Amino acid sequence: MRVALRRVIQLVVVLVFVSFFSFSLIQLVPGDPVVAIVGFASPAQLAQVRHQIGLDDPFLLQYWHWLGGFIHGDLGQHYSGPTGRSAVSTGIAQSLPVTLELMAFAMILTIVIAIPLGILSAYRSGTLTDKLISATAFGSIAMPDFALAIVLSFWVGVKLKWLPTSGFTHLSDGFVKNIKSLTLPAVSLAVGQIAAYMRLLRSDMIATLQEDYILMAKSKGIPTRRILWRHALRPSSLTLLTVAGLNIGALIGGTIVVENLFEIPGMGKLLFFAIFGRQFVELQSIVAVIAVGYVLVNVAVDILYTVLDPRIRDARALA
Amino acid sequence: MLEHSPSTVAAPVDAPPPATEPPPPDTEFVRARSQRVGLGGILGIIWLGFVAICAIVIPMVVKNPTNPGLLAARGMFKVSGHPLGGDSAGNDMLLQLAKGARSSLIVAIGAVAVGLVLGGTLGLIAGYYRGRIDTLLTSTFNILLAIPQFVLAVALVSVLANDSISKQGIPVPVTTGRRLAVLVIALGIVSTPILARITRANTLQWAQREFVLAARAQGATNRRVMIREVLPNVLPAMFSIALLGIAVAMVAEGGLSILGVGVHLPGVSWGSLIAQGRNSLQSQPSVVFEPIVCLFLTVLSLNYLGDVVRARFDVRESVL
Repeated sequence: MRVALRRVIQLVVVLVFVSFFSFSLIQLVPGDPVVAIVGFASPAQLAQVRHQIGLDDPFLLQYWHWLGGFIHGDLGQHYSGPTGRSAVSTGIAQSLPVTLELMAFAMILTIVIAIPLGILSAYRSGTLTDKLISATAFGSIAMPDFALAIVLSFWVGVKLKWLPTSGFTHLSDGFVKNIKSLTLPAVSLAVGQIAAYMRLLRSDMIATLQEDYILMAKSKGIPTRRILWRHALRPSSLTLLTVAGLNIGALIGGTIVVENLFEIPGMGKLLFFAIFGRQFVELQSIVAVIAVGYVLVNVAVDILYTVLDPRIRDARALA
Repeated sequence: MLEHSPSTVAAPVDAPPPATEPPPPDTEFVRARSQRVGLGGILGIIWLGFVAICAIVIPMVVKNPTNPGLLAARGMFKVSGHPLGGDSAGNDMLLQLAKGARSSLIVAIGAVAVGLVLGGTLGLIAGYYRGRIDTLLTSTFNILLAIPQFVLAVALVSVLANDSISKQGIPVPVTTGRRLAVLVIALGIVSTPILARITRANTLQWAQREFVLAARAQGATNRRVMIREVLPNVLPAMFSIALLGIAVAMVAEGGLSILGVGVHLPGVSWGSLIAQGRNSLQSQPSVVFEPIVCLFLTVLSLNYLGDVVRARFDVRESVL
């Protein structure tokens, strides 16, 4: 119980600092952020926007107001010119599900492909199959996801015309179209992830396959397939979880870039427009939403650890 | 002096090649083999050297950077004297790639240098002194790592390299030099906590050794022990991560270019060449594929060499 309490306090501290960092971004803008956000406007209009953003308050009070707004879902305004504005929360509410769908698609592809490849590679370790898989994985890690995205959209999209290379069809407009519009971006994101997952699973499983209980299982005459999938894979689940925790950050970064290449209207596209239009209030909110989401995912990974492996729970209780 | 870990001593670098049958993994035999630079490593070094030389020499010697003939004949090996063809503005691609290599290398190496100095110093201090200072620094790194690295980089760059706005509301673009500096600083800040964590973890191990105790017993100051006794032993780990870091920073610059916050015209980087070339992907794919190949080979070489260094100095992967 004390451990849980300490974790909660840690989480709150991290969230406070992360939100504080996102909030401070606007203070780092060289020159007057209000002029940058609104552009050409009368002094009265500038003063009004400055007041609305809250920039005329003392720094810490600004943060307090901003945090209060953030928690209550007021993420500021997207300004277009001196008078036009729209709520940032609306934009995020539309973009976030698209991004999450794309990331989920990429994750599913990763797991479905990486686990069998990792098992095969470990089981056949040292053979030609293993060497081919490992070398391909090593090469895939060196291929930036945006570069792969461009190559794929050229060959599969433009030359072969199999899949659309830009645009997004919502799930409500048909499942097949929706999946088709996300396939190329998801594959571009998944390839590097597959390589990372597969490499760690392989080295993990090679060690597991040396264990006595595997020999025991073999001598009992359990089919190889069952030994690999049931007995040998289970201890590696923690490794897979670690990789997931480490790689989700890279996946978020990749998604932001790849969305812009395929014109997917997700958080990455929203971020692009925010930067392009110098919407620093919107930038603050987008960064804060992504960072908070990332922190929460990592907490979820940590909790899953303790659920999967009681030894960790006990070790932490002692520490 | 570098103190080699026992396994390095036990397995000399020029060990005989292994027998025909594949040895079981995780034996001294395999490790000896993995410690050699190998053909891949040599190819990697050659490629990186080639890129570095091209980046320095080609922009100095090329006389005809633009050629109208390049506009008509698109693609590689069409116009003599321009083996890699031209871009949509008739610029020689070989020159563009060399210039791009310059920016990409400056940004990536500069960022990792910033990260090495900042992260290395802080990590060394945290791991050497331990206690409260360690807790404070480690929590700072953890907070920086709590934001996805690429998002952190995007946020920093887009804020710091923002075009200033004149009183008339007209954006005044930031100069290429300032943009490069911002990229170096932003990506340097992003890489700092990672390098600091590696340095700290290794410092923790080495600072407990007898020779450190001996140096302190002789009355060496903390600063001297850190720099002369601990640092040389931690350097291989920092170096192997730095090689990987250069690759990551180079790719990150490419991603930033696609978001429009990387290197801008008139400057070019491999990332910005890819980002700009995207517009003419259908008519002139070579403009995009050439920088992609350069980027891929460079990252591949850096990753490979990073692995070689790591295997050679027995850097614990668990601290990653």
